[in-house]
Amino acid sequence: MSANTWTIAAARDALRKGEISAVDLTMSCLTAIDAGDALNAFVHKTPEIALEQARAADARLKAGDAPSMCGIPLGIKDLFCTRGVPSQAASNILRGFRPEYESTVTAKLFEAGAVMLGKLNMDEFAMGSSNETSCYGNAVNPWKVDDRLLTPGGSSGGSAAAVAADLCLGATGTDTGGSIRQPAAFTGIVGIKPTYGRVSRWGIVAFASSLDQAGPMTKSVRDAAIMLGAMAGHDPKDSTSADIPVPDFEAALTGDIRGKVIGIPKEYRMDGMPEEIEALWARGIEMMRDAGAEVRDISLPHTKYALPAYYVIAPAEASSNLARYDGVRYGHRAKLAAGDGITEMYEKTRAEGFGPEVQRRIMVGTYVLSAGFYDAYYNRARKVRALIKRDFETVFAEGVDAILTPATPSAAFGLGEMADADPVKMYLNDVFTVTVNLAGLPGISVPVGLDGQGLPLGLQLIGRPWQEAELLNYAHVLESRAGFVAKAEKWW
Amino acid sequence: MAIDIDTARKVAKLARIRVEEQDLPKLAGQLSGILGFMEELNEVDVTGVEPMVSVTPMRLKRRADVVTDGNIQAQVLKNAPDAREGFFAVPKVVE
Repeated sequence: MSANTWTIAAARDALRKGEISAVDLTMSCLTAIDAGDALNAFVHKTPEIALEQARAADARLKAGDAPSMCGIPLGIKDLFCTRGVPSQAASNILRGFRPEYESTVTAKLFEAGAVMLGKLNMDEFAMGSSNETSCYGNAVNPWKVDDRLLTPGGSSGGSAAAVAADLCLGATGTDTGGSIRQPAAFTGIVGIKPTYGRVSRWGIVAFASSLDQAGPMTKSVRDAAIMLGAMAGHDPKDSTSADIPVPDFEAALTGDIRGKVIGIPKEYRMDGMPEEIEALWARGIEMMRDAGAEVRDISLPHTKYALPAYYVIAPAEASSNLARYDGVRYGHRAKLAAGDGITEMYEKTRAEGFGPEVQRRIMVGTYVLSAGFYDAYYNRARKVRALIKRDFETVFAEGVDAILTPATPSAAFGLGEMADADPVKMYLNDVFTVTVNLAGLPGISVPVGLDGQGLPLGLQLIGRPWQEAELLNYAHVLESRAGFVAKAEKWW
Repeated sequence: MAIDIDTARKVAKLARIRVEEQDLPKLAGQLSGILGFMEELNEVDVTGVEPMVSVTPMRLKRRADVVTDGNIQAQVLKNAPDAREGFFAVPKVVE
């Protein structure tokens, strides 16, 4: 098998044994990337940087100083600022922007020896669930069952497509309402959103600062554990980054979950949920029970209100965060007419630079924060958020160790199918994932099976705060028992 | 709560996003739909609940009040659409 199809764990072991060089491994990915343009996953390719980093990794491997990520070729979501390399958040308003600094996450990955292959497609400013709001045009799901092209999900759609199509060994993603877990489920890969504060947000273009969290998207749970270990850790430059030790996540993958309590929330059994999702969930429950866990029915009574609360809080924070795009310090500035003043400059620049979904969310956020509506919308949503968090605290206090739910309400849908739908319909994609961001918890999506058409479906496990290690172990059990090995058949 | 065209125009102005007059009705309709969805929150009894301000209970760290970087004017201005004589340049602000 060509080396670009390997897992991070397999590549690490082969690199350390000298069975392959980081340069050869990187070359196999670069070749796959060039052959994968139809997926539109990589939107800025950085082969020179990749080969330079690969040569440096080979030197480290030779010297015996090789952390787990040394020589591992990765794709980086366009939301991460990478020094000297376009970092556009898939928005026209950041066209031409080349940061003078490196995000903490990419800096940590590079310190660990990882190789950057390029920047990955995404929804504009991470606002979307299908990758269709991108200024680069949508990424395409490598999974295909008829003549339709399918969405890889969003917002980390390019990351998901690239990993699923073996263009890279792993990718960074970010997750504000499900943007790692939903695309992972749509493409049959693993994606974990860590506890809020586990991974530094510094240098990642901000969407909703109290919800955003970066995490790895990989081909296996073990790979997620390895890569998360390199991304996580305290950062003085992010005041919400937690100053607590990062455990050895990979060492936690014992496969032993006997006696652990897995909660099954009845509120996630939605009206109109496809039978296949229900059946997949039942199989997952059986797998956990079979592994010796105690399965317990639980209630998270405020689940229903998570989506509306999210769609107040996230746009509110976005309207504030995105105020910085004013055409003054970086990115696009509109051409001005004679007599235009600074207000016209702001208004024209932002109208030209932001796409329709981003504009809509900024305006919703502006409205819910405006005088007279702040209490009715924003404060009420924050109160409901407190109740959603309390729901989780209550079940954890009653002894539940992790919670098992579906990852998405459906398999991947066709590109363009939602074009005429109400924006709220697209928001429903986040129904199972958004509670986790509101409560700041870790959540992981694991591929468990295929639907009747042959498309991947995932289940989500939600853990206690800071217990990613335990969560990864539950996910590892689910992964081993599900035995999901299907890959997208190559058509591109 | 339904958003009328005047409110949509006002919100666009506050957000500093130019919206053409003919696009306002569609925008008003979409905003109304989204805000209608949020009305569900009114069903929740939030009596006595404090609005959540911090995701994880933590005390923000403090650092010594010292300069930690600087002298990077060229880097700061590098990405500016219009920089002149060491400054960001913008259209005239004061008449």
